[in-house]
Amino acid sequence: MTTSSARAFLEGAARTPPVLLSLGPFAVLFGALAVDHGLNTVETVVMSAGMYGGAAQMVALQLLGTHVAPWVIVLSILAVNLRHLLYSATCGRHLSHFGFWRQALAFFFLVDPQFAETERRAEQGRKVTFAWYFGVAAPIYGCWLAGSLAGALFGRLIEHPEALGLDFLLPLYFLGLVMAFRARPRWLPVVVTSGAATILAFHFIGSPWHISIGALAGVAVAAMLPPNVEATGELATAEGNGER
Amino acid sequence: MHTGTLLGVIAGGALVSYAARAGGHVLLARFRPLPPRIEQAFDAVPAAVLTTLVAPALVSKGPAEAIALVLAFVVALRAPVPVMLLVGWIAVVGLRAAFG
Repeated sequence: MTTSSARAFLEGAARTPPVLLSLGPFAVLFGALAVDHGLNTVETVVMSAGMYGGAAQMVALQLLGTHVAPWVIVLSILAVNLRHLLYSATCGRHLSHFGFWRQALAFFFLVDPQFAETERRAEQGRKVTFAWYFGVAAPIYGCWLAGSLAGALFGRLIEHPEALGLDFLLPLYFLGLVMAFRARPRWLPVVVTSGAATILAFHFIGSPWHISIGALAGVAVAAMLPPNVEATGELATAEGNGER
Repeated sequence: MHTGTLLGVIAGGALVSYAARAGGHVLLARFRPLPPRIEQAFDAVPAAVLTTLVAPALVSKGPAEAIALVLAFVVALRAPVPVMLLVGWIAVVGLRAAFG
């Protein structure tokens, strides 16, 4: 690794502490629940390593305990992860200079925080290099696996995770990600539309469809609103938009 | 639970997850450059999708969580993410204890 890519890797890694802080407890929670649902330690870690998606893994656990057919479980996993199609379509433009195999590898790691950090980086007009991308990906993936393992081994020691508020760190973290994009044009109408649509869908249709429905509603509104000055994400319009 | 079924679900789940993460780019690559309206739609993806991961917690959990989220939102308008996490976390622990 050259000095500059080492620096880029470290720069990427330096973005991750808030992610690890909220993802770590969630990974432990997943590990503990997996063992509770009859998976052994190896199966738990293999699931985290292969699927690498908290919400999808939680849904899989819930369904594995029922008599739902395996292919329906796989479809439900896809439904939870349909949002990643949008991530991939949105952020693929920043990864297309990687070269085929590196790009193929990079897409495996394109989970929520990875997507948000990559979009932020590009928005600041800075280059998304392979080293930077994996500086973000490696700590998050490592934390996800280590947390799952720890949860599978020691999860039963945590008696009241709710009282500790650990389950709430993840929605909080996602809120932080939403806020990180508030300088983008049309942010407020998109957030309000997505929020309202997803809550309605959550009540009347059910999980996990509320994710796709809410997201599509927000994206559709963004497409319909009048375009404004060329600022599609340059930080020029930054700070201050928050208190409009 | 049958081990074969479990491994099948894990493999299938891994496969569809990867397909979603790579597929969006693969499907779209041949249509680039995109019309401005479509670019505009993709610029909204982070806010649109990430909101759907937070919003249900506002109405489905309880008053402690709803209040803590609103508080965290206000804090996040001014403060960096770690501060918001800390405030939101302290708030939810305190409010849950208060509401019993």
